[in-house]
Amino acid sequence: MTVDASSPPAIDAVPLRHPWRWVAAIVIVVLVVLFLYGAATNDAYGWATYRKYLFDQRISAGAWYTIQLTVLSMVLAVALGVLLAVMRLSPNPVFKSVAWVYLWIFRGTPVYVQLVFWGLVPTLYKNIQLGVPFGPSLFHLNLQDLSINFTLAFVGLGLNEAAYMAEIIRAGISSVPEGQSEASTALGMSWSMTMRRTVLPQAMRVIIPPTGNEFISMLKTTSLVTAVPFSLELYGRARDISGVIFEPIPLLMVAATWYLAITSVLMVGQFYLERYFSRGASRKLTTKQLEALADAQTLGLGGGQP
Amino acid sequence: MTPMVKAESVCKSFGALKVLKGVTLEIDKGQVLVLVGPSGSGKSTFLRCINHLEQVNAGRLYVDGDLIGYRERGDKLHEMPPREAAKQRRNIGMVFQHFNLFPHRTALDNIIEAPIQVKGVKKAAAIARGKDLLEQVGLAEKATAYPAQLSGGQQQRVAIARALAMDPKLMLFDEPTSALDPELVGEVLAVMKKLASEGMTMVVVTHEMGFAREVADQLVFMDGGVIVESGKPREVLSNPQHERTKAFLSKVM
Repeated sequence: MTVDASSPPAIDAVPLRHPWRWVAAIVIVVLVVLFLYGAATNDAYGWATYRKYLFDQRISAGAWYTIQLTVLSMVLAVALGVLLAVMRLSPNPVFKSVAWVYLWIFRGTPVYVQLVFWGLVPTLYKNIQLGVPFGPSLFHLNLQDLSINFTLAFVGLGLNEAAYMAEIIRAGISSVPEGQSEASTALGMSWSMTMRRTVLPQAMRVIIPPTGNEFISMLKTTSLVTAVPFSLELYGRARDISGVIFEPIPLLMVAATWYLAITSVLMVGQFYLERYFSRGASRKLTTKQLEALADAQTLGLGGGQP
Repeated sequence: MTPMVKAESVCKSFGALKVLKGVTLEIDKGQVLVLVGPSGSGKSTFLRCINHLEQVNAGRLYVDGDLIGYRERGDKLHEMPPREAAKQRRNIGMVFQHFNLFPHRTALDNIIEAPIQVKGVKKAAAIARGKDLLEQVGLAEKATAYPAQLSGGQQQRVAIARALAMDPKLMLFDEPTSALDPELVGEVLAVMKKLASEGMTMVVVTHEMGFAREVADQLVFMDGGVIVESGKPREVLSNPQHERTKAFLSKVM
């Protein structure tokens, strides 16, 4: 194969037209504009109140609590979920059954009911101590403390979510071909090293998209922590304010705007994570590799295949 | 001299299915043994028993004098803890039919993974050795390529380099060319021939009779979980004694 001056010119064809796409787009734009105009001119929406409370300090503090609850409960859920998934897949029958019972209980009862239960734990146990029996105490948690509700809220959400994360992670692990762990075993790797170095990194490609989903879903599930009761987060705060000023709609819009903004940020993070863990999954060369090949081709001009 | 592999009536069954019914053989150091036979004859299972990917049910299997998979105390055998089994496998390289390269690691990273993680080799030393091995299998320029970007033959050569990186005293090949396009078989066989000429002890399950004739010191024909016939490859191939061997060879040659 040689590249010379007589090679034919590049094709300059008329691109295929898509008139119906334009029609559909115009119809939708018109409908959206009509709706926005209607909403903007409707006093019942209370846009003045919306603007007043959108950046209210209580609301942004509530959003911060919501983010904290989401992140802390998801960190707990992922850590515990990995542990449960690995336990379910391990050859050890004790681990297997413990993980199964955990999933049975935490997936089998509604999260709202679980949160109410965690809120009632302080009436069951006055405090939690970790230490040597009849000896010194290493860790002490006073459940009568008023600020305990935040901890109970994120622990409650995290323990529930862990059951779902365990299933997502298990599906990811099962998606990695058996030959992979066999090759690792044949190289002398232990079971745990095989999991950590070979199986889990490949499972991540399958695990990340549904985990992103769960993360976003958790952001909104935090509005249920009022069951604990904990009401300093975004939705609780918005509802408290609307209860005082008797204007529920603008405050709902305020909360929705914040939820949407945080979700958008999370989606960007998910995009980059997915790209990182899909390394090697495609035969397509990266831009860098393509450039290197093109350079080699230019250098060896007329030399045929790079 | 202790043989590299010594099998004494090795049996293996999966549930009620008996796959190996007493396989006895010996492979000396530096020898190449080629295992042939129809599919389902138990040759891959026997290979997998040698590095304890499958647990032997009866008989004894020794690699370089070490009993595989069990510890002998008095007249009782104890199952070996996974950690010790892993230690035994470090010295035995294995190459698979479907390569089983780690798709999320580049060619070089595939090779240096086990030396660094399992043997604790320093990263710089592992990389130097890895590049050296890639050069030996003729893929020096593919160090940064991911497996999906390599042809089957290239992937299998990286897989051989990966196994060699652990400095094994024995190499097992489980139908290394069966999943390859015909024009790619040669490049993998060439690497294996070179390895054999350098004195590596090898057990090869293959259908490449040309390779067997040229490289093998010993040819073993298996059928139905037993060794039907074995000997010098030229003799077995040109003058098979057993009916089943004749029938098989007439189909593959």
